[in-house]
Amino acid sequence: MKNLIEVKNIKKNYGKKEAVKGISFNVQENEILGLLGPNGSGKTTTIGMLLGLLKPTSGQIFIDNLKLENHRIEILEMINFISPYVELPKKLTVKQNLNVYAKLYKVQNIEERIEYLSEKLRIEELLDSITGELSSGQKNRVSLAKALINEPRVLLLDEPTASLDPEVGDFVRTFLEEYKKEKKISVLLASHNMSEVTRLCKSVLMMKNGEIIDQGTPDDLVAKHGRTNLEEVFLKLSRSKNEFN
Amino acid sequence: MSLTRIYGLFLRHFYLITRSFPRILDLVYWPTIQITLWGFISNFFATHTTYYNNAVGVILTCAILYDFLFRTSIGFNMLFLEEIWSRNFTNLFIAPMKIGEILTSLVITALIRSLIGLVPAILLTSPLFGISILELGIFLFFLFLSLYIFGITLGILVSSGLLRFGPSFENIAWSTMFLLAPFGCIYYPIETLPEVFQKIAYVLPLVYIFEEARNILINQTVDIENIYNAFIWNALYFTLSIILFYYSFNAAKNKGTLINMGE
Repeated sequence: MKNLIEVKNIKKNYGKKEAVKGISFNVQENEILGLLGPNGSGKTTTIGMLLGLLKPTSGQIFIDNLKLENHRIEILEMINFISPYVELPKKLTVKQNLNVYAKLYKVQNIEERIEYLSEKLRIEELLDSITGELSSGQKNRVSLAKALINEPRVLLLDEPTASLDPEVGDFVRTFLEEYKKEKKISVLLASHNMSEVTRLCKSVLMMKNGEIIDQGTPDDLVAKHGRTNLEEVFLKLSRSKNEFN
Repeated sequence: MSLTRIYGLFLRHFYLITRSFPRILDLVYWPTIQITLWGFISNFFATHTTYYNNAVGVILTCAILYDFLFRTSIGFNMLFLEEIWSRNFTNLFIAPMKIGEILTSLVITALIRSLIGLVPAILLTSPLFGISILELGIFLFFLFLSLYIFGITLGILVSSGLLRFGPSFENIAWSTMFLLAPFGCIYYPIETLPEVFQKIAYVLPLVYIFEEARNILINQTVDIENIYNAFIWNALYFTLSIILFYYSFNAAKNKGTLINMGE
């Protein structure tokens, strides 16, 4: 399988503070890689660097063999991002927002694309609604539609189901599973929901203090640390000192 | 440059304006109030001072020109601030848009916003005060163009500050024009300023623009050098603002401001 994301020894310093300390990993085509770690472990900084919002202090990022530093626009055309901390303009209707982003990503056949995503994400009836007046679950599905408007080959998800009720959360997870299978995209999923990670991710990176302290499949990690589920592994690693390096 | 992407970002703000009657009202309301107020002040001065005796519309014309500058600058800042307030900033900067495309789109949108506010105000001046800004003739276009470039320049400078320092720079966005207004010699000749302030005023394009507006209306002559000087200073400041914007964008990528914007 081809690596769509290749991260090579990236570091990010804010002054003297080392937010990310030289991490490397790959994400293959048709793979969801989980990025776990306590708050402040460097997950958001890592995603920020992959999105080109942050410049690594050193190291290299390749998306589909293109170096991010030299091919920012081409890479941004093939990736997208969703986070509950980033919203769409609240005063616009859902359709207007999707239309704007379709144009920013130079999507061909905009109407068709919006229709397809609306049907898949069950937002047809929301298209004429004001985005700011939607419920959290509805907003989440609309943000997902925006994140998929350009048919990304790489999707970066930062806590995509945070604050969703179990039913909507399950809908989003099922959708992501099916979409990944159908389109063979690469997904990097940062989440604090361990059952979500166990269900969706083929492999997992555990981050702490800017470093990758462990990695493997969810089952391997559970077995390796002698725990019964990924949440217990997470707690063990989060509370420990860095003896797992 | 992609026209589709430039149009896309324009559309985002066009939808915002056209969806909201209060927003349209807000664009039209302030210029109209401003012009009406200055219209009455202008009438008063025209009948009580000798300086303005020969040109009833001088103050009002300068008020309209200044308002255009103010609206353009604030309009540009508002477009940027809207993205921060709506927490859409990250979405915008992860879209495959070149900085040049973002700036071009905002420059066009800011012009349209300013014109929405200014055209009704200009139309009001004729029936209310018997004054037409069109008396400035073809040179009105050059004065407006010069003010537009300077307004956009200030907008880009403030947006650079927002990029670099984040939303805490917002207050500066509102006060820039008020800081420069005294040096712009909008309503009075440059000789009114103390000598030190005159030196500052002469390195701003504003003083040349407003001096020329007064020159045309009061003396009925045209001093091309004023218009030329205004464009030279504008070209310098505009170039500096673009350089600073790129610098701020890179600094924001180093500092992480783009990620946390709006929080």
